[in-house]
Formats: sequence, C-alpha cells, structure tokens
Amino acid sequence: MTSPAAGSLRSTSGTGRTELIRFENVSCGYGGRPVLEGIDLTITKGAIVGVVGPSGAGKTTLLRAMVGAVPRTTGSVTVAGQRVTFGRTPKVGWVPQLETVDWDFPATVNEVVLMGRWRRSPWIPWITADDRRAVAALLERLAIGGIGDRQIRELSGGQQQRVFLARAMIGDPLLLLLDEPTSGVDIKTRDDILHLLASLNEDGMTIVLTTHEINSVAAHLPWVVCVNGRIVAEGDPDEIFTAAILNETYAADLRVVREGGTVLVADAAPHRLRAALRHTHDGYEHAHHDHDGDRQ
Amino acid sequence: MTLLSEPFAYEFFRQGLFASIMVGAVCGLIGVYVVLRRMSYIGHGLSHSVFGGAVVAYVMSIDFYLGAGLWGFLSALLINAVARRRKVGADAAIGIVTTASFAVGVALISRTRSFTRNFDAALFGNVLGVTVADLIAVTVVACAVTAFVVLFYKRLLFVTFDPEVAPIYGVSRGWVDTLFALALAGVIVASINVVGVTLIAATLVIPASTARLVTDSFARMLALSASLGASAGLLGMYLSYWLDVSSGATIVLLEASFFILAAVWGALSSRRRHETPSATSSPLTMDRPIDRQAMEHS
Repeated sequence: MTSPAAGSLRSTSGTGRTELIRFENVSCGYGGRPVLEGIDLTITKGAIVGVVGPSGAGKTTLLRAMVGAVPRTTGSVTVAGQRVTFGRTPKVGWVPQLETVDWDFPATVNEVVLMGRWRRSPWIPWITADDRRAVAALLERLAIGGIGDRQIRELSGGQQQRVFLARAMIGDPLLLLLDEPTSGVDIKTRDDILHLLASLNEDGMTIVLTTHEINSVAAHLPWVVCVNGRIVAEGDPDEIFTAAILNETYAADLRVVREGGTVLVADAAPHRLRAALRHTHDGYEHAHHDHDGDRQ
Repeated sequence: MTLLSEPFAYEFFRQGLFASIMVGAVCGLIGVYVVLRRMSYIGHGLSHSVFGGAVVAYVMSIDFYLGAGLWGFLSALLINAVARRRKVGADAAIGIVTTASFAVGVALISRTRSFTRNFDAALFGNVLGVTVADLIAVTVVACAVTAFVVLFYKRLLFVTFDPEVAPIYGVSRGWVDTLFALALAGVIVASINVVGVTLIAATLVIPASTARLVTDSFARMLALSASLGASAGLLGMYLSYWLDVSSGATIVLLEASFFILAAVWGALSSRRRHETPSATSSPLTMDRPIDRQAMEHS
C-alpha cells in the first residue's frame, strides 16, 4: 500500500521553524452562517500541511480565511506578521480545484500563468519579453516546458494541474494554497503531483492543501489538520489518525489499521455496506434503509 | 466603383455608415466578455431596460444619453448583484428587472401620444436617422470602452476567466465589475438608435461567438470579434442601401451568416483532423488529454 509519494513527503517535516500563519480564535462563514468556529492554528515556514475532513466541514473555508476571502466574525488571521483583512490579501499562490476551471475558455498556457503576476505591469495589455522568459523558465522547472502556446483544454490532467501551480508560483508567493489538488486525477497523476509538491517543499516553499483522500494523500503528509466545523485534532497522521479522532472528524464509523509504517483507514462495517449495495435489485426499500444508516 | 461611391453622396449614408461601423466594432469588443461570462441574456435584458430609461428621460425632458445611460448603468449593477448570488431564480430576477423596465417605457408611450421622437427607431433601429449628437456619443463610448479594455486587459481577463480566484490575487473584482457594467450600459445606449433594442443582443453575441469558433487565443478573439462587428456594419450598410432592407436587420443577418460560415468551416476542419490522426501523439497516458467535461457529466 505504500505509495511512491510517501518517502519524499515524510522527509520534509516543517517543525521547529519560524511562524508563517497564525489563526487566533477565528470564526468565519458566509451569510451570517458560521462554517468554522474557534479556530486556533499555527503553521510554520517551510511546512507542508494537509487539511482533511468530510464535505462541507470547512476545509476550503479554512484556506480562504488565510487570504481574507471569507467574512470573519471573531478572531484574527496573520500571514507573515501582517493581519489579513478583506481586500488586503497576502502574497499567496492559490491553486483552485481543477473541476472549477472553465476549460473551454480561450486562453493559452502563457495567458493563464501570467495572470499570476498581473500586478507587475497592471496597465499593459501585452505579454513582454520578460514575461515570456519567466513563464518559459517556470514551465521548464515544472517539467512542462514548451506548452506555453497551447490552449488549456488540450493538456493532460497532470499538465493542467502544473499550469495552475505555475500561475500560483510566478508571483513569487509566501506560500502555496491548493484546494483538493488530487481530486479528479488518476493515480499516476496524483503521485506525480505529490512528488512535485514534496520537491517544492524541499526547496523551502510552505504548502497548505486540502484533501478528502485519507489513505492516498493525507497519511503521507508530515502534518495534518482534521477539520469539522472546528479543529478536531492536528499533528503527525501516524499519531493522530486514531479511530476516535477520525470518527469525530467524519462522524462515521471508521477503522484504523496500522501495518509497519503505514496507516490505513477503512470503513468499520464494510459488510453491511456491501450487502446493501449488492442487494439493491432485491428490493429498493431495504437497501435504501441500510444505505442511509451508513452514509452518516 | 460607383456601386460603392454612389450612396456616399448622401450625408445620411455617410453618418449611418460611420455609426454602424463604430457600433459593430465596439459591440464586438465588449461582446467577447459578455459571451465568455455567459451573460448573453443580460445583454438582451439590459437593452430592454435601457429602452424604459430612454422613454422616462424623454417624458421628464432629461437628455436621452444621460437618462438612458444612468438607467442602464443602474440596471447593469442590479443585474450584476443578482447574478453574483447564483441562487435559483437569478435569471428570473433579471427578467423581472429588465422587462418591468421595458414595460414602464411601453406604458409611458401609450399614455403620452405627443411624441416627436420616433420610438420605432429605438425598438428596431434607424441608422439613417442618426444625428451628429449620436455620432459624437458613439465615438466617445467607443474610445472610452477601448481604453477600458486596453488598460484593464489583465484584470478583465482574470475576472472573466476565474471570478472566484482573481480577488485572491489582488484583483478588485468589485471595481472591475462596476466599470464593466458602466461600459456595457454605455455601449447599449450608444447602439440603441443604430441597431435597436431588439437587435442589440445579436450584435453583442454573434461576432464574439463567431470569433470563438475560429480562435483559441483570448487576444485574437477580441481583435477578430471587433473586426467582424465592424465589417458587418460596413457591408450591412451597403446591402441595406442597395436591397432597401432595414439596416439593423441587415447587419445582424450578415453577422449570422459569418457565424454559419465559421461553424461550417470548423466542422469541416475538425473532421479533416479526425481523418488524419497526428503522428506525434504519444501513447503515454500523461500526454493524453482528459475529457473533464465528460467526467463531470457522468
């Protein structure tokens, strides 16, 4: 079960360095409805941190709070010593979920990547020679050299993820924030992305990512924050991925299997779910009942 | 040669020609953003809304451009605010705002019968009735919108492509959206006497959609869409003169023919591409494009 990403990500623990992000008693949400409450969190410079939790738990909201994109009701967020407020964003690189991107948009790789440094020459519409050199060098570094003039839909999933990583990195950010970087891509691409993030982290880049994949992503990271409306636990997944913590995070019956250095999280009652799914043709009523019980 | 120069002897034709070229170009330019933001329906609604504003301005004896422009700008802001919520019923809300506005215009016209200004022109366009004041307004709007698109090129591109992420990178989306609403309202008000309320949506949407079929580059799409709009304005005026057909309708029909040509050309060239698979395609999965659209729909 050991993924190739495990070794490299584990070697880059980011503890014992200077503080980069600090949340103090932060409550935030949309339209007066709190998504996260009482968040206290510190992320050090050079760390690579995963945020895990079920859908709607506030993973993305936690990330958005770091750039001031969520209305806050209490507390404060500081990035690199500067207080984050609405409209005053720290210099971060944001990589959105690939599923949210409009792939039919008529934009080339160069055009997308250069959005990341629009501030350098905000009033000039054209791409300068300096821009072109910077993009080419960055694409080369991310192992996607030479695709600058292609339209974004023509790219593979791994290339698309790297293009948005390039957009995040070209402005020389303080940290990288990635929203579900491994969702919707195949296993090989997922491992490629994790390896790439590990090597960027090794070069000193602070990285925070959200993920719903416990086994294939979160378990390989050196530091994980479990979120469900609040911070349930944080720490090394080897230590905090216990049945008690995960059940509290996911409000579901989960089992944790430890084998050597690997943590494997599984459904505690797989037989029941299997039975329910396999017997759907016998009677919808019966299966529907069982399924409801397991979903939570 | 006389075919081209004969109508030029008439002042109404020269003025109409100038106005229709300018309107075609500026509608094509701003239309790219309208199409890419999937706001086609908003363009249609806004032109109806502006009609209401124009009638109100007339009744209250306020300057047409001031009244209609202000009304259009406020409608655009309202629509922007509603559309941003993305709740069910946003399109219905747009329909309510704009058609109610249009109805105000119709009601006022039916009540007051002493009109000197021909409101048929506002509905269906009357390029031959274009006045010098109209020409000045079209020129001012065209220059202002072009300046906006050039100076805000990067910000507009970012907000259009990725409205959620652009603010995280420091683009002030509120400002860009407000200026865009102002530009759109200006374009519609300036075009209303040339192509008419009922046909403005077409001049906004068709050249941009045609350009999109032909190119994958944003910059080229802008240039192409503006050129298509201007060409349709030029050719449409001559055709309208020679065939004695309404100028607004001729311009729109020409644009529609451009679109059909581009669509047929696109279909033919994509079939040719499928018949001769590229020899450079790699067998590795990494290099193969993922059909994300298909994944999302599954």
